[in-house]
Amino acid sequence: MKKRFAVFSVILLLTSGLLFPGGIREAEKKGNKTNSARSVGELLGAGATFPYPFYSKMFNEYFSETGVKVNYQAIGSGGGIRQLLSKTVDFGGTDAFMSDSDLAKAEGTILHIPTCLGAVTVTYNLPGVEPLNFTPEIIAGIFLGEIVKWNDVRIRKENREVKLPDQKIVVVHRSDGSGTTFIFSDYLSKVSTKWKDKVGRGKSLNWPVGLGGKGNPGVAGLVKQTPGAVGYVELVYALQNSMPVGNIKNKSGNYIKPSIESVSKAAKVELPDDTRISITNTDAPAGYPISGFTWLIFYKEQKYGGRSEERARELLRLLWWVEHDGQDYAEPLHYAPLPEKAVKKAEVIIKSVTYNGKPLSF
Amino acid sequence: MNNEVIIDKIFKGSLRAVGLVLLGIPLLLLGVMFFYSLPSIKAFGFRFIVGQTWDPVKGMYGGLPFLVGTLLTSLIALVISFPFSFSTALLLSEYLEGGILANMLKSAIELLAGIPSVIYGFWGLIVLVPLLRKLEMTMGIPPYGVSIFGASIILSIMIIPYASTMSREVMRLVPGDIKEAAYSLGGTHWEVIKRVVIPTSRSGIFAGILLALGRALGETMAVTMIIGNKNQLTFNVFEPGNTMASVIANEFTEASDTLYLSSLIELGLLLFVVTAIINFLGRKIIERYEIKGDDGALLNE
Repeated sequence: MKKRFAVFSVILLLTSGLLFPGGIREAEKKGNKTNSARSVGELLGAGATFPYPFYSKMFNEYFSETGVKVNYQAIGSGGGIRQLLSKTVDFGGTDAFMSDSDLAKAEGTILHIPTCLGAVTVTYNLPGVEPLNFTPEIIAGIFLGEIVKWNDVRIRKENREVKLPDQKIVVVHRSDGSGTTFIFSDYLSKVSTKWKDKVGRGKSLNWPVGLGGKGNPGVAGLVKQTPGAVGYVELVYALQNSMPVGNIKNKSGNYIKPSIESVSKAAKVELPDDTRISITNTDAPAGYPISGFTWLIFYKEQKYGGRSEERARELLRLLWWVEHDGQDYAEPLHYAPLPEKAVKKAEVIIKSVTYNGKPLSF
Repeated sequence: MNNEVIIDKIFKGSLRAVGLVLLGIPLLLLGVMFFYSLPSIKAFGFRFIVGQTWDPVKGMYGGLPFLVGTLLTSLIALVISFPFSFSTALLLSEYLEGGILANMLKSAIELLAGIPSVIYGFWGLIVLVPLLRKLEMTMGIPPYGVSIFGASIILSIMIIPYASTMSREVMRLVPGDIKEAAYSLGGTHWEVIKRVVIPTSRSGIFAGILLALGRALGETMAVTMIIGNKNQLTFNVFEPGNTMASVIANEFTEASDTLYLSSLIELGLLLFVVTAIINFLGRKIIERYEIKGDDGALLNE
């Protein structure tokens, strides 16, 4: 009987050991000494999916140049921020800069550097009607459900040279939380007070009208299939799939076609020192108005969780490379590279990183 | 003690341990989900279940649209799939004993169960949705194509194998002597099916339906591709809607603030509870219909 009990309890212990270590307790004491035994050979990052093709190309090149492996998991901006807060990664990636209240939650100062620019295009399904001009009022009106037909006088006024059909507008939006939605709603909140009060800005919204598609392909698919549909997709996706995109009237009154150049130009504005800025509805006269940075985030004080000084140096070398040599890989993949001014700001930020309170040479 | 006895004890012990682990997993799941749902439970209480607004920007979370969407899609799917699963089960157990057709039908049904749900979703999106759009145009309602009804059709195809296979197995288990007895009393094939086979196997048929319903409730990928992901309450099946599993899959990755995340986890908890309740009710019904001892269904009629 005793033996049986012993055997039984050993097995129970073994199995419970399998069950519990990943459970609640681990998650509660977030951030305490995770992965202290990892080697410098591999840097860990996690976050935004939007720049993933660009990052993966860059990190691949970086590996062949330096032999330092960078493992970036595209789990979404929210996940990237969570991973950095729990200190399980060396850096995070995010499409929306962290809010002051989010930053206050972190143990230690978190820094942002921009890596490239993205933009959101308005795409539509009206065969033969191209190109369409949109004003901020038209976009807000459509996505608020106030403009319901394509031949609405407000749309006609801006598009005299094309014949708009008497067709219902079917709005398509993202169903998954995404940085694309964030930039789009950030823009609409700036140009329409009604949008700001009623819907607001975020990665997921309480949409007044429309269907939801999962990811850029989901939205693009629904727009392509549904006659009279309008939706918004990431510029990279629209260019790769040569989808019809609308020209948008910017703050200076110019109609701007979304392109890598017009997006890069949108960033030619005064930047704050921490680079946390939304450049939607940009002041730049030739800039495309629904543009935004995407950032890498990391801790200012690199001595945490048993990380070595060498590891911190390795991270800074990578970040420096991303801001300089890495920029060459942006354009071939339809990402807009950073303007010189943004790179200069990022240089100062990277140099401000410390290890055990002392600045790091790398 | 000799070796065999020890081996026997070890064997028995490990079986028991595995059993206990399996008992622990649902409890652990429930516990973890409850723990992480606490912020949302504290903030909204019962309003989480009856609230109709899901607004991550303003921090308002009401799960009713998703609860309704989940129940609506699953129940419609069940209603659509039942005639198919029931008749194939009957065909395979009563009319086709072996043979090429039976084997082909059997493998086709098994194949349906093995197809990944993303393939169903994809097929739905490029084949079913345009068809529905045409139908909606002739009916004069907004031609969205993606809708609760579309999701239900996809689900109904996906769950046929579960209900069908289970029903077939129990129908085959109906003892030959009862059937022969019925035949000897002058019953036709149809009468035997109606008075013997179906009554004897109805608890099993019901169990199959229950299994299928469980699958429908939790299906995520295919549903999210077809349902239109509209987070507003609707009872119109031709409107886009959303389900609990689908909204979790959509919004979990980018949910960064605590209340948002915890509301999504509470949706998971709600789904868990709904599934558990349906299972419990189903069990009660099965017990009611179960044949006890020798006075089988025939005598109860």
